[in-house]
Amino acid sequence: MRIFLLLVLMAISPMNWAAAKIETWQTPKGSRVFYIYAPDLPMADIRITFDAGSARDGVQHGLAALTSGLLDTGAGKWSADELAQRFESVGANFGTSVSRDTASLSLRTLTDPPLFDKAVETMKTILIQPVFNQPDFEREKNRTLAALKHRESSPAALADLTFNKVVYGDHPYAHSSAGEIETVTALTADDLKKFYKQYYVSANALVVIVGDLTKKQAAKTAEDLLADLPAGQKPADISEVNLPENAKLQHIEFPSTQTHVLSGLPGMHRKDEDYFALYVGNHILGGGGLVSRLFEEVREKRGLAYGASSSFAPMFRKGAFSMGLQTRNDQTQQALDVMTQTLADFIETGPTEAELDAAKKNLTGGFVMRFDTNSKLAGYAEMIGFYGLPLDYLDTFPEKVQALTVNDIKDAFKRRVNPKLLQTVTVGETVKSREK
Amino acid sequence: MKYLKILGLMLAIGASSVNAETKVHEHQLKNGLKILVKEDHRSPVVVSQVWYKVGSSYEPNGITGISHMLEHMMFKGTDKLQPGEFSRIIAANGGNENAFTGRDYTAYFQTMEKSRLPVSFELEADRMRNLHLLDEELKKELQVVYEERRMRTDDNPRAKTQEHFTAMAYSNNPYKNPIIGWPSDIENYTIDDLKAWYQRWYAPNNATLVVVGDVEPKAVFSLAEKYFGELKPSEIVAIKPQQEIPQLGTRRMVVKVPAKLPYLVMGYKVPVLKTVENEWEAYALEVMAGILDGGSSARLETNLVRGKQLAVSVGAGYGLASRLDELFMLEGTPVEGKTANDLEVALKEEIEKLKYELVQQDELQRIKAQVLANVIYERDSMFYQGMQMGMLETVGLGWQKENEYVKKVSQVTAEQVREVAQKYFKDDSLSVAYLDPQPIAEQKTEKTNEGAN
Repeated sequence: MRIFLLLVLMAISPMNWAAAKIETWQTPKGSRVFYIYAPDLPMADIRITFDAGSARDGVQHGLAALTSGLLDTGAGKWSADELAQRFESVGANFGTSVSRDTASLSLRTLTDPPLFDKAVETMKTILIQPVFNQPDFEREKNRTLAALKHRESSPAALADLTFNKVVYGDHPYAHSSAGEIETVTALTADDLKKFYKQYYVSANALVVIVGDLTKKQAAKTAEDLLADLPAGQKPADISEVNLPENAKLQHIEFPSTQTHVLSGLPGMHRKDEDYFALYVGNHILGGGGLVSRLFEEVREKRGLAYGASSSFAPMFRKGAFSMGLQTRNDQTQQALDVMTQTLADFIETGPTEAELDAAKKNLTGGFVMRFDTNSKLAGYAEMIGFYGLPLDYLDTFPEKVQALTVNDIKDAFKRRVNPKLLQTVTVGETVKSREK
Repeated sequence: MKYLKILGLMLAIGASSVNAETKVHEHQLKNGLKILVKEDHRSPVVVSQVWYKVGSSYEPNGITGISHMLEHMMFKGTDKLQPGEFSRIIAANGGNENAFTGRDYTAYFQTMEKSRLPVSFELEADRMRNLHLLDEELKKELQVVYEERRMRTDDNPRAKTQEHFTAMAYSNNPYKNPIIGWPSDIENYTIDDLKAWYQRWYAPNNATLVVVGDVEPKAVFSLAEKYFGELKPSEIVAIKPQQEIPQLGTRRMVVKVPAKLPYLVMGYKVPVLKTVENEWEAYALEVMAGILDGGSSARLETNLVRGKQLAVSVGAGYGLASRLDELFMLEGTPVEGKTANDLEVALKEEIEKLKYELVQQDELQRIKAQVLANVIYERDSMFYQGMQMGMLETVGLGWQKENEYVKKVSQVTAEQVREVAQKYFKDDSLSVAYLDPQPIAEQKTEKTNEGAN
């Protein structure tokens, strides 16, 4: 068949494309800058990222997120309306976001000088002089509370919340970034100011610049942006994530037509020794889009779910390994059994040579698509910078994938994914199995 | 609100001829397949998309959602390939792939390293004419689609409200039906329904091949000739116009579903670029959507979220590039202590202002600045560029409309915005739905499985 002939030919075509060059340096006040020169479009992406994610909330769950959300509601002499007008009058997009590990300010702007300068000046004011006005605080807090209430009408969101609680136990990764109704209700504007003062400091900052700016322009931009940020200190590392002591099954009764199922345990961290073995193994197990064992067993063979997948979520500390699906309520047990058995088989025997070969071809053959936009490049630069990965992380990615053997993956899964410790959450309505 | 923003965004794009790099190369094969190529040499990557002129708005009652069902079945084997083999070959070539169905189109795409483009062409050409539609595969995939419907709509209170709202707002426009189909239609598809649908619409003369990436147009054309050239065209019988009857008064409904927050959806009947008599009206409606919801500085967020603090979120959206007449949508979630009705009154006030006061020049300028900047930003994504061309071509506007977009939006005046506000935003052509949240009783049970396996 022609198709297979073609496949063989393609699989040996050489790939001579180096990933974009990342350059790095420090600002005079000690912030790290990661820069990629991308001159093809007259635009730039600028991100300022702090180790100030929800893992820094302490008991005040939602503090990091609300602090980040308040930044652009008033800064310097400008109100929320004026700040939004300043960005949008020059066609710039600005946003803030938090994850468990990070809090970021992101700007996408044209590089035409008057437009660029106005956007960057506005970003700088938001970074350096947020005011945390009481009326803005009350409003944004109420919006957060509404969102927290709204998520209680989503079985997917409930499953996710509950899963993270059981997987991370008392670790700061256990709660959602948005927080909970009780903890957010208790927050005050002063709490936010205090959090901002402690974490939004030069020693804790990372700047990513990708776009049509020379190195000199990028250096000047980074220096200008952070010039007035206090030096401060980098916070101490957050604690390790512990493995749970035994398997748990938690069910939440909910009036939905489907049951959402999540099952997993603490998996790996960003600089994990087993990173590539687990990553590629998971690609075969349930990470590979329309081709994976879970997709095949749950969806293709049995039609039990629209989505069936697994993932690792590596963070500064171990993030969750999780398998998930959603199925008609009466099929829950069957689907869960298929999922659990698929994992058990995979751990027991590992991938086949053919599966590993296919995964390698997919990951190396599609390697260039990992960084084919400025957005993706900025994401990689941020990840490499924040987690302290080697600058050639992207360049060496294919060879690390290529070097793996079936045994490497089998061994890593055996050591790292113990089925006796799986934390399983189901959210849906309990019904008797219906005869088909 | 996000969903409207996305809708708005899709249409708020359109690269201009600001820069020669965005030139589109067009070619048609003898069998009618149209090919559009845009060069983007930033990375050695190519996006290949096949767009068919068929979607949920083409479907008669009784088989709603069948375009989407067929989209799923397109991965289930051909004369040459076993079910699932398509995806395995694409994966082994490093590709990303998927497909999507809209009201006016069904599209399939692969993103690959540029040397793999022949793989994409060979496979797409194969399933354009040689699909195997097997009963046992349909039985399984039908369950998958049903699960997809449960996930997207049945268990999502806002999506469910939107579905009910849309079905009420339109009388005879086929946009009234959900893309995924009504539950009993999904349950009763037969393999013959699918075969008939495939025969009727899947042919080179009913498709557009869109390629964006690190390619040379002439080479793409000859590659397309090689793989698609021998496919036979079909006789495509045009569908009936199904023009919506005039609405004769406000339509209202309450949707009671388990939920935690109330929610409001409103829509006014408006024309689109394809159906409007004076083209500028569609662009003026587009600008009006921008005035209301073009970012955080736009009126809805400024006045209703921040100013009056009536809404926790609010949005507006208009689909300029649809095939049939549209709804200009407004939606939002009231803050605690306010009702959907309070929000409706406030949104209508915003509409009234647009009817009687000219918008400020700086507001207009901001919309235009954003449109211009987006022309650059969207070029960061090859996929997006392909989407734009494919969609415009497939709804029958032609990809050239993309190049006019910035100019036409820039020409819109404050007077024109006022004129379309007065002409189309009448209570008699308005539909409104309130989500009335019903209680959710939640219970937790926990089991520790000592020694579970």
